[in-house]
Amino acid sequence: MTLSALDPRVRLGLAALTTLCLALVQQISSGLLGLVFGLGLLRLARPAVTSLPRRLAAVNIFVLFLWCVLPFTMPGEQISFGWLAASLPGLRLSLLITLKANAIFCVFQALSGDMPPSAAGRALEGLGCPAKLVFLFLVTGRYVHLLMEEWQTLMDAAKLRGFAPRAGLRAWRVLACLLGLLLIRSHERSRRVYEAMSLRAFTGNFRTVTLFQTRPADAILALVVLLFLAGIALTEMGLVHV
Amino acid sequence: MHVSEGVLSPAVLGAGAALAALGTAVGLRRPDYDRLMTVALLSAAFFVGSLVHIPIGPGSVHLILNGLLGVLLGWAAFPAILAALVLQALLFQYGGLTVLGVNTFNMAFSGVLSAYAYRALVRLLPGPRGRKAAAFCGGALGVALAGFFTAAALAFSDEGFLVAAKLLFLAHLPVMAVEGVITLFAVTFIARVRPEMLNL
Repeated sequence: MTLSALDPRVRLGLAALTTLCLALVQQISSGLLGLVFGLGLLRLARPAVTSLPRRLAAVNIFVLFLWCVLPFTMPGEQISFGWLAASLPGLRLSLLITLKANAIFCVFQALSGDMPPSAAGRALEGLGCPAKLVFLFLVTGRYVHLLMEEWQTLMDAAKLRGFAPRAGLRAWRVLACLLGLLLIRSHERSRRVYEAMSLRAFTGNFRTVTLFQTRPADAILALVVLLFLAGIALTEMGLVHV
Repeated sequence: MHVSEGVLSPAVLGAGAALAALGTAVGLRRPDYDRLMTVALLSAAFFVGSLVHIPIGPGSVHLILNGLLGVLLGWAAFPAILAALVLQALLFQYGGLTVLGVNTFNMAFSGVLSAYAYRALVRLLPGPRGRKAAAFCGGALGVALAGFFTAAALAFSDEGFLVAAKLLFLAHLPVMAVEGVITLFAVTFIARVRPEMLNL
């Protein structure tokens, strides 16, 4: 049984809890423990996502920016490598942030990386999210790919007519008009879709035939994650030294 | 720019989450499901729009489009941006769960404020020219305020972030000009083709 077969509510709830705990960590050792746990979980889950490296890069762009700035601007004790001097608190903070950000990324990807938006929306509803917000999320998730295709169609049509995206007011104007067209089309599509749904007796909540079930395997996962979080808390308080 | 997980202090994260929840509650109070459908599709369209590369000099930038979203949706920009960010966290993992509140507030509140600025300017200078000026200001203000709020969130988290915060704000300035121009053209286009969309 893989992690992705477990109850989405349990997975999302545990991911949220772990993320919250890891975001509050202040010790390097707890951050390291979090990263190890996250990597272990990721190895266990093997989410079916092809773009893991790209996602990882997206997370680390901001972290890289902080590495370029913090060690040289933060006040505190200096340490020098040849001609380059960096502050120790700056290096420590950059390292802590790197560990935390990547640990959270791994845990989140392992637990919810391959969850389709529809399952995530219903799981959010099961966790007590307001109905209107869930509706908004489900519809947005449903139409994002469609609108991406529509944008691609608009761009293809423009390129066939000789449009080349170059820096300059002319290209910006074309792109802005295409963007405006995309907005207008999505507005009109929303009217049509809502009318069609009203005709089919839509009253505000989606019905589904697949029901979520919590099984013993879910309890085991919850137990493992909670034990790990207890370990993090102990490390954070300095009771256990890693 | 999104702030990554694990950077901000608990106090800032908590404040951001509370403010975002408040804004979302205000934004969800009025619309019924009929209108929510439009909000959802526009939210999806903005998600797509924010992935578009706009060429500038030798490189390119991504748009934020929160000013334009604010002009079209008003306070409903809060739930729209929240939904788009949750989707982004699931699909692309840009900014994660704990920073969701801060990121939502930074982008949505600046969008709402630029919508007020847009409306005030349109009332002050009626006519197509006034609308163009208002649209430019709305788009540019959206990015400027988002950059300012993000920098403030960093600066309040730790004093060591002060220089990083200033650099982050400065990095937003070129995007501000591009975003203003794009919003100007987009609003002019919408005003010509579907004027009713601008007083949703």
